[in-house]
Amino acid sequence: MTATLPRELTHLEVLESESIHIIREVAAEFEKPALLFSGGKDSIVMLRLAEKAFWPARIPFPVVHIDTGHNFPEVIEYRDKRVAELGVKLVVGSVEDAIAAGKVVEETGPRASRNRLQTAVLLETIAAGKYDAVFGGARRDEEKARAKERVYSFRDEFGQWDPKNQRPELWDLFNGRRRVGEHIRVFPISNWTELDIWQYIQDDGIEIPSIYFAHERPVFERDGMWMAEMGVMPHLPGEVVQNQVVRFRTVGDMTCTAAVSSDARTVQDVIAEIAATRITERGASRADDKFSEAAMEDRKREGYF
Amino acid sequence: MELLRFATVGSVDDGKSTLIGRLLYDSKSIMQDQWDAIEHTSEQRGEEYVNLALLTDGLRAEREQGITIDVAYRYFHTPKRKFIIADTPGHVQYTRNMVTGASTANLALILIDARQGVVEQSRRHAFISALLGIPHLVVCVNKMDLVDYEESAFNAVRDEFAAFASKLDVRDVTFIPMSALAGDNVVEPSDRMPWFTGKPLLEHLEEVEIALDEDLDGRRFPVQYVIRPMREEYHDYRGYAGKVAGGVFRAGDAVAVFPGGRRTTISAIDTFDGPVEAAAPPMSVTIRLADDIDVSRGNMIVGADRAPISAQHVEGWVCWMTDRSRLTPGTRLAIKHTTHSARAIVTGVLSRLEINTLAEDIDVDGLSLNEIGRVTLRTTEPLFFDPYRENRHTGSFILIDEATNHTVGAGMLLGAIEE
Ligand SMILES: Nc1nc2c(ncn2[C@@H]2O[C@H](COP(=O)(O)OP(=O)(O)OP(=O)(O)O)[C@@H](O)[C@H]2O)c(=O)[nH]1
Ligand SMILES: [Mg+2]
Repeated sequence: MTATLPRELTHLEVLESESIHIIREVAAEFEKPALLFSGGKDSIVMLRLAEKAFWPARIPFPVVHIDTGHNFPEVIEYRDKRVAELGVKLVVGSVEDAIAAGKVVEETGPRASRNRLQTAVLLETIAAGKYDAVFGGARRDEEKARAKERVYSFRDEFGQWDPKNQRPELWDLFNGRRRVGEHIRVFPISNWTELDIWQYIQDDGIEIPSIYFAHERPVFERDGMWMAEMGVMPHLPGEVVQNQVVRFRTVGDMTCTAAVSSDARTVQDVIAEIAATRITERGASRADDKFSEAAMEDRKREGYF
Repeated sequence: MELLRFATVGSVDDGKSTLIGRLLYDSKSIMQDQWDAIEHTSEQRGEEYVNLALLTDGLRAEREQGITIDVAYRYFHTPKRKFIIADTPGHVQYTRNMVTGASTANLALILIDARQGVVEQSRRHAFISALLGIPHLVVCVNKMDLVDYEESAFNAVRDEFAAFASKLDVRDVTFIPMSALAGDNVVEPSDRMPWFTGKPLLEHLEEVEIALDEDLDGRRFPVQYVIRPMREEYHDYRGYAGKVAGGVFRAGDAVAVFPGGRRTTISAIDTFDGPVEAAAPPMSVTIRLADDIDVSRGNMIVGADRAPISAQHVEGWVCWMTDRSRLTPGTRLAIKHTTHSARAIVTGVLSRLEINTLAEDIDVDGLSLNEIGRVTLRTTEPLFFDPYRENRHTGSFILIDEATNHTVGAGMLLGAIEE
């Protein structure tokens, strides 16, 4: 007897299933996993997948937020609401506290960003929580160094990634072995694209923070991008604050995440916009990678996501 | 939309990365800022053309050396299909990364330089692709621009490869003459090779039949995680979470649980989005059983009509992936098979493959880096498996060195050893 498939799965169902498999594998094989939640759309989808992986049980690991202190209030509100709904524990690693305690030194000047400081706070939070696996919402389609990274990305005691010496990763058999002090960064949505994320948000009816949709806000132009005027960044000569209708394509620290001009007010509009765009999300909104060929690779080597 | 995962394989410099760049560029999947970046880099290095390989060769070392070191994953879609590409390295030193990229592929593009024909690395990668059970091979006879787009050059490579491939276990082989650099037969049919009547590569990728690639007969469900909600409303809930590895499971099905083979019935198949009537590969679901039996991670729920092989002494092909040690009789390793981890000791190395002739050398004492051979292993606990030819999920395993924690072997099971 040859069985027949009930029906063909859609590509989103295949991706969802792959991600759930990875998340369950980690929960089963590690002692203390944690899920890194930035408030961005990717970590929102990742959190949703974790919810699905264990239903009707609760997510069996905490959610960690590395808080740069430069957050959009909508994102923090969203985070707190979601954490309460899911009944998971929230652990916050604060860059501001680390600065106050003299553990890291704030950059100065108009181009100061806390993006780099995040790495030190992330590593400290991982060490303090003794986490042996940390889920991140990075996607391989985001950037050329990410395109090279394994689903299970081994990190040494210093949190460093060694791109020339990655473990082979075969089929869906993941090797999570590590010594004390080492950990694995796990990327369950490695194979999703930006468009997949939005189609999933649409199909699944996932709520996301309002800053992802077109709205009017004060911004100023820097390096050809709209930066939000939040009273955090000093201006360079000639930078004028003005009101523009914009939305965010990625959400991170406000000093390195730019908005894009857009009138996409619904998920459907956003999908249409992304399907037609000729610029990648990093190209459109990330100030942190513009300056060097291998900026992302270098940051990852230092322990960044 | 249907999803096809494919990998590029073949010898160093035969044009794998360039082909992927060309495929992405000609199918309009490259964004302006990505193009600007590689244009800028190519210009800075004084290259004559925009170097399309830079779209996938993303590591600093790769760009410096002009070769691929590790797999790059790229994504694109057409109105017909969605594609996940693994662009793998051709250099023999990085074979483990090629195996990584190819292990999840349903189709392999084997690049061959039309001037050089089938070289040792082409054979190695073709053999590994066949061993990995990749059902579809496309032989891309590349750099046709350097042989004046001559039909005879294409025919020579095709015949040479076909003679070699007749010794391989592959179902579906297609040959396409192309120039990755100039774009002939990649997305658009080439008017410089009117003698070629087949489809260009993209059309082939969009149309190749892939629906029948999973094993739908033997029902296999390796238990990954036991779900026991500590909540009032689901007080007695006990579900077995996992990903279907073979066959179609339905509520009401008679099943057996290994080890032991205890019989029971499926009472429900749950997902967050509600119960499902049937679950097939590669769905992640949660199975509930009618009887309260002890089931834990590493166990396997199977159709009661067809049991897997259950054995502690097994034979399989192994590709050895480290230069820090050799695989020899007596080597002790950790083994991961489905959701089951155990330890294994090598009881014999039966053969080593001669890549050029595909003959098995049986006078061997072990396997070194990048060597492939037939090996027997005794495990501390029984494995429940199918031969890899029948099921890629239940027939595969990895070997881990317990001293370094590195993944050192990729294995494909052939069967049990009769004691
Ligand atoms: N003339 C010609 N040159 C090509 C063609 N395809 C690739 N090349 C050139 O061959 C060289 C190697 O190309 P790559 O794409 O980097 O080769 P690869 O197979 O990815 O190499 P590895 O990943 O290191 O194994 C580059 O200089 C390409 O420009 C082609 O169709 N015609
Ligand atoms: Mg290459």
